[in-house]
Amino acid sequence: MSAATAVQWDEAYNFAYLDEQTKRMIRRTILKAIAIPGYQVPFGGREMPLAYGWGTGGIQVTASVIGPDDTLKVIDQGADDTTNAVSIRRFFERVAGVATTEETDKADIIQTRHRIPEYPLTEGQILVYQVPQPEPLRKLEPRETETRKMHGYAEYGLMSVRLYEDIARYGHIATTYSYPVMVNNRYLMSPSPIPKFDNPKMADNPAIQLFGAGREKRIYAIPPYTEVKSLDFDDHPFRIQTWEECCALCGADNSYLDEVILDDRGGKMFVCSDTHFCEDRRQAGHRGPLGADPSALGFVKPASEEGQP
Amino acid sequence: MSAAIQLNSAERRPLLKVERISKTFGEVTGCSDVSFSLYPGEVIGIVGESGSGKSTLLNILSAQMAPSSGTVQYDLRHKGMSDVFALSEPERRKLVRTDWGIVRQNPRDGLRMDVSAGGNVGERLMAIGARNYGDIRAEGLEWLTKVELDTARIDDKPKHFSGGMQQRLQIARNLVTRPRLVFMDEPTGGLDVSVQARLLDLLRGLVRELGIAAIIVTHDLAVVRLLADRLMVMRRGRVVEEGLTDQVLDDPHHPYTQLLVSSVLQV
Repeated sequence: MSAATAVQWDEAYNFAYLDEQTKRMIRRTILKAIAIPGYQVPFGGREMPLAYGWGTGGIQVTASVIGPDDTLKVIDQGADDTTNAVSIRRFFERVAGVATTEETDKADIIQTRHRIPEYPLTEGQILVYQVPQPEPLRKLEPRETETRKMHGYAEYGLMSVRLYEDIARYGHIATTYSYPVMVNNRYLMSPSPIPKFDNPKMADNPAIQLFGAGREKRIYAIPPYTEVKSLDFDDHPFRIQTWEECCALCGADNSYLDEVILDDRGGKMFVCSDTHFCEDRRQAGHRGPLGADPSALGFVKPASEEGQP
Repeated sequence: MSAAIQLNSAERRPLLKVERISKTFGEVTGCSDVSFSLYPGEVIGIVGESGSGKSTLLNILSAQMAPSSGTVQYDLRHKGMSDVFALSEPERRKLVRTDWGIVRQNPRDGLRMDVSAGGNVGERLMAIGARNYGDIRAEGLEWLTKVELDTARIDDKPKHFSGGMQQRLQIARNLVTRPRLVFMDEPTGGLDVSVQARLLDLLRGLVRELGIAAIIVTHDLAVVRLLADRLMVMRRGRVVEEGLTDQVLDDPHHPYTQLLVSSVLQV
């Protein structure tokens, strides 16, 4: 490292905010988590300059694995430009001086809240999830001592009871996010509140997937190319969400779509939740029903009106 | 004990063998020096007043609590007579939720109140690997019928059931894996007499039909008269008298048993 580039981050902080001891401790936790796929490893979570529930777990994991030469991408529900994503990205620009990007394939580390990018990840990439509640059994069994035993002895019948209740009540498995998975045929794991649309992407993924829960102080992981199976019944197999519409902007029919209300007269459109995926497709010339003419949306003023008081 | 039963025991292996069990809580004695054997299909009643150590004994027998001394041996399906407390914890937990059933006095302790009746019955099936919704549901309906619950209420939550219905649901939930041994702690406690009578009738039918062995703890002599083959009378943690139910109740020898029998209200 040359003298000119020696310190690119805010010198008031240690590189990546956390002190070296803490980073080592979290790295040891991560190594253990990778060694036992799906197992929740407790760690000494630190206070971060961020409220619990905003990604304190993910941010600590990212801070521990990031290096000065890494490129970071942060998404919040698939979007690069929402509050949570913008502030975490700015945080690392300041305390680690790292390059940031919105492009999935250029990122070394992707910190995500509740989505997996549409573009497939590659070897060498790290996907860091922010996890509010790491314990998939918590709603069914409030005792921590008991859930630990259930994980220890692989007693997971109770999780199926939740799916049973769904079918008994709605006629199908109505759980759409935080859909429980079995990792490596051993540990039951909460995938964090990603839509079940993303569950199949976790299986056999070449990237390292790390999950950080700040309030609950747990880290768990899925190593590359690991078997991840969504729970289901023989006669009610796991299915991902589908839409009749395609993305209104880029016309994609294979991505996870968000519903956007356009007016108070029932107008709505569906757009890709992954903003980078959507923009990339539009730049490549793909157009959805509303994508050709943004002013057709109603709330985008024609260019001639812009600049007028 | 009669000669006939002893002859029988020579050819049949006991299901549960209890030897010199004692439990102390510091200075306080829970139960002391209890020994007996339970044979397949047999129902033993344990009676005594409040604080006589009945529930402590049941908790030990059902592996919920370790004794201070003595052993509890159970005839496991795959490896024969084994000390319950020497099993590894996962083995013991598996035994408790498959080959055993535990019907608790308060249905709130034995049921998941926020899970539908069908889910409650199906939980044990799913715990041993059932993953076909249709089969689990069919089994649930069958068991609701067996315990005389309205099958239309399979998707209702037990918190909306009456006390008697909750107790019957708890029985269905325990019997669904066809256990060989069921522990019951005051199964009719807190129910009014007509509901009690129906529940007892049902229990008697199920126990006889399925050939389940049972240990029933109660302070209600009418319950053991109806259900139990043999009776143990407890007082201050000790078994003061035991024998065939009718024999003990009709011809009590120990002064305490005589007191207990004579204090039953006659209507």
